[in-house]
Amino acid sequence: MLPLSSFHEFSAAQSLAIAVALGFGFGFCLERAGFGSARKLTAVFYLYDMAVVKVMFSAIVTAMAGIFVLSATGLLDLGELYVEPTHYAAQAIGGVLFGAGFIVGGYCPGTSIAAMATGRKDGLLFALGMLAGVYAYAELTPGIDTWIKDSAQGALTLPELTGVGAGWWTLAFVAFLAFAAWGMGLAERRFGYLRPRAG
Amino acid sequence: MAPVLADSRLSPRSAVRAAPDAFWNPYLTGALLGLVLLATYAITGRGLGATGAFGAVATWLASLASPEHAANNVAHARYWNDGAPLASWTLFLLFGAFIGAFVSGVAAHRVRPGVERGPRVTDGQRLALAFAGGFVAAYGAKIAKGCTSGQALTGGAILNVGSLVFMLAVFASAYALAYFARKEWL
Repeated sequence: MLPLSSFHEFSAAQSLAIAVALGFGFGFCLERAGFGSARKLTAVFYLYDMAVVKVMFSAIVTAMAGIFVLSATGLLDLGELYVEPTHYAAQAIGGVLFGAGFIVGGYCPGTSIAAMATGRKDGLLFALGMLAGVYAYAELTPGIDTWIKDSAQGALTLPELTGVGAGWWTLAFVAFLAFAAWGMGLAERRFGYLRPRAG
Repeated sequence: MAPVLADSRLSPRSAVRAAPDAFWNPYLTGALLGLVLLATYAITGRGLGATGAFGAVATWLASLASPEHAANNVAHARYWNDGAPLASWTLFLLFGAFIGAFVSGVAAHRVRPGVERGPRVTDGQRLALAFAGGFVAAYGAKIAKGCTSGQALTGGAILNVGSLVFMLAVFASAYALAYFARKEWL
């Protein structure tokens, strides 16, 4: 039963080789989608190019449906998947800061790597800013980590919180994506005049 | 949409280079990314991530100054990895992502040096804002215990409640601030 890691112990070298291989697919997809470009990414906040939401939601829904099917057919043990503990305050505050960093910096951590790989100097500076920020967090405010650890609500998923099964949630997300796709098409036409001319 | 490089100092050689290819369809590319995420779950039992790679490098830097400090600081200790912080799974993931993005970029004629910005800011201003944005995003990702990869994608796919809260907060914040940042992009 999947995940592989639950019945097969990978050596350290195997584990890192798997990381490089999966990372290749990750970076390839990000660049293919245009996410090595800060203007393509931030366009989502000016509504003239919604690619960020389209890609993210398609990825989430695809993986969600895959996980549901694999677990419903007994091929995947959901209990073996890691669930990051929920902490409402930390995830809300962190999200607000992260969103501010995204619109000002033009990237998120993963896409800054795709930007660097394709020659964007601002991608490199974003990554250096990330490194400085992570370093500063550890040196200046390590207490935040302790606070989060001690006061987290624990692993919590929507099916657990609501009592509505994962299959229904997957259907709801697919339906929402279909509806959003229609709305995003409207927005892109309405705000298309903001799109920079190629050149 | 063709990638727009506002950098006017592109070398004259760029004029004879092949034009960049169009980006792939976002829904299909997203589905492909979802399959990568699904494979990551099926193989490792965990999802994707990116912020951890920066944590690993920061912990390694701290250990150059003082290994004891790196092993004992509560935030560094998560990446200490028994004294081998650079043998981090997420760091190798991002190393692979760098190669994957480079290969994709080369194949589509999109690799060229430049700075991405709107026409109303200078390269220097844009680079300073990129650094500042990275710093703030890092703080946010540390507090939220993940970023767009580790929380939004990875947690979203398993309907993690905290990840969905994070995603809503990210978009609410960025949309609220977009008006004030418009000079940088439009």
